[in-house]
Amino acid sequence: MKSDFTPPIGKITQIDGQCISLIGNDIDTDRIIPARFLKCVNFDSLGESVFEDDRETLKGKHPFDQEENKNATILIVNSNFGCGSSREHAPQALMRWGIKAIIGESFADIFYSNCIAIGIPCFTLPKKAIEEIQKNEDNKFLFLEIDLKKALAKSKDLNFNLEIKESSRKMFLSGEWDATSTLLENENLIENKFNQLPYITFNTNLV
Amino acid sequence: MSQDTLFDKVWDLHKVSRLPGGSDQIFIGLHLIHEVTSPQAFGALKDKNLKVKFPDRTVATVDHIVPTDNQSRPFKDNLAEQMIETLEKNCLEHKIRFFNIGSGNQGIVHVVAPELGLTQPGMTIACGDSHTSTHGAFGSIAFGIGTSQVRDVLATQTIAMNKLKVRQIWCDNKLSSGVYAKDLVLNIINELGVKAGVGFAYEFAGPAINALSMEERMTICNMSIEGGARCGYINPDEKTFSYIKNKLCAPKNEHWEKALTWWKSLKSDENSIYDDVIKIDASKIEPTVTWGITPGQSIGINQQIPLLDELSPNDKLVAEEAYEYMSFNPGQSIKNVPVDVCFIGSCTNGRISDLRIAAKVLKDRKVYKNVKAFVVPGSEKVANKAKQEGLDKIFKDSGFQWREPGCSMCLAMNSDKLIGNQVSASSSNRNFKGRQGSPSGRTLLMSPAMVAAAAINGKVSDVREFIN
Repeated sequence: MKSDFTPPIGKITQIDGQCISLIGNDIDTDRIIPARFLKCVNFDSLGESVFEDDRETLKGKHPFDQEENKNATILIVNSNFGCGSSREHAPQALMRWGIKAIIGESFADIFYSNCIAIGIPCFTLPKKAIEEIQKNEDNKFLFLEIDLKKALAKSKDLNFNLEIKESSRKMFLSGEWDATSTLLENENLIENKFNQLPYITFNTNLV
Repeated sequence: MSQDTLFDKVWDLHKVSRLPGGSDQIFIGLHLIHEVTSPQAFGALKDKNLKVKFPDRTVATVDHIVPTDNQSRPFKDNLAEQMIETLEKNCLEHKIRFFNIGSGNQGIVHVVAPELGLTQPGMTIACGDSHTSTHGAFGSIAFGIGTSQVRDVLATQTIAMNKLKVRQIWCDNKLSSGVYAKDLVLNIINELGVKAGVGFAYEFAGPAINALSMEERMTICNMSIEGGARCGYINPDEKTFSYIKNKLCAPKNEHWEKALTWWKSLKSDENSIYDDVIKIDASKIEPTVTWGITPGQSIGINQQIPLLDELSPNDKLVAEEAYEYMSFNPGQSIKNVPVDVCFIGSCTNGRISDLRIAAKVLKDRKVYKNVKAFVVPGSEKVANKAKQEGLDKIFKDSGFQWREPGCSMCLAMNSDKLIGNQVSASSSNRNFKGRQGSPSGRTLLMSPAMVAAAAINGKVSDVREFIN
């Protein structure tokens, strides 16, 4: 875990950093952060436990344990990354380890929305491009400059047009990914909606 | 883009606004919380100096961390005790209704809300748990959210979300004897794959779905998320309404009539448009068992674990990982694989009908020597009903341990865990690496009836040999 961790805040327009590759499809949130680490009332210490069981099994050979990756901030993954449980502890653990953006073939839905909600942009690239990055022998030295305005990732010799949901991209550029205040701006509309819903009137037994 | 499906109707009804970024602001009719994914959300409210906007629309219970052997307080596990205390404190402070241990209504959140009549057609339901899709069995639109979205629901009763596409999964014919909802949903996931549902809501329909009881329908919708769909639902019908009637929080008297009129108007139109439709023949399904490390890696009891060559290129990587982790050989049978632990429970299959089916298999039979078998009822209500019917006695006589309600070894956040590379026959929903508490533990997912059969023989068995 990086000792200087500060959560992102406000607009996110540019993320520059070293890549770290994690190969495998369907990597679930139980693997990202095993359930026993969910016994906590805050997220603070999760960074050190990210991929705990996979790391233990690989005895130092896991990408998250390799010396040359220790300053990496951009995670490169394959398909259906983050499937399974809705635990936000998973992206929180990645973020506290140092990850600031993820590029993958595809992401599970809830994991994706959790990442957006805490300020980790997730981008997709075709399988071939991901494999090209992951196979790059110099990968450990691959630095990418990600420009959210253009949805472009650049390195010394490579350029990638990244895919990102337009709504997510706009939220990062405007800072509205931290949604609570945006949602609260519509307080009157929320009240109106509440009063219009048919089931509010007939659910007098709810409490 | 889908049109006039139940999903479209409920989504449109709950849409508060189109947000500047282009996603929708959706009102959440019912918010369910538990001890694991809510404390940080309440913490964030405090940091932002915000209140819970509609405390009446949130209901809490405790399930993930509760011990199932001795539930006296304080819990032996200090961290678990701290989590339940935090939930108690937050509910008290924010005036949120909390069904605590001993209330008679505590249990797994997705078992409790339906049995209280909280889950109703046409609602949007959110909970910080991916198996929230369960509630779609009632024709509600229900999905799992993360902790930041729990915070948003507490503060605003809304979330920002992009509308999902809708895929109809039409299930023809009917399931044969000894084949259950669990087998059907495992087959759907196997057929479509574990990521096919990303970006979709699944509408389960057709004669095989209509024939299912409400509890079986919950099993189907529960595992939508294992197919990648964060939301799964079934159009409500008379079974739905009669299940809800007279439940503690169900509408009563003149409110019931109003509710019924509205609920009956809620279903996908006959000529509604889906983004995709697929068909499954339910009559061809056999009792099904997972052999790998994703819920999509399953086969019929009489089939062999697929060879690498038989798999699509996309499935090969995970299959290779699975052979190694599970210590199974491609081409070997799943039948007769020895099991060490048998677990009946979870939000997928911890309801009274699940316990009845398993008890029927176990009656006058014994659990195989050295097999550890235990049953964890989904809720206090399920446990009480089972005791009234004498099911607890059947389980205990057979050699099963009878436990207190909770999530237990589905995700092993309490002390119920696999040890080493034990093989578990489990009625739960996930066979991920390490899921059941041991980093090398191996999980075989199957129906509760099949778990009972495995417990008796000490190895994976065909339950039809016990009941037919």
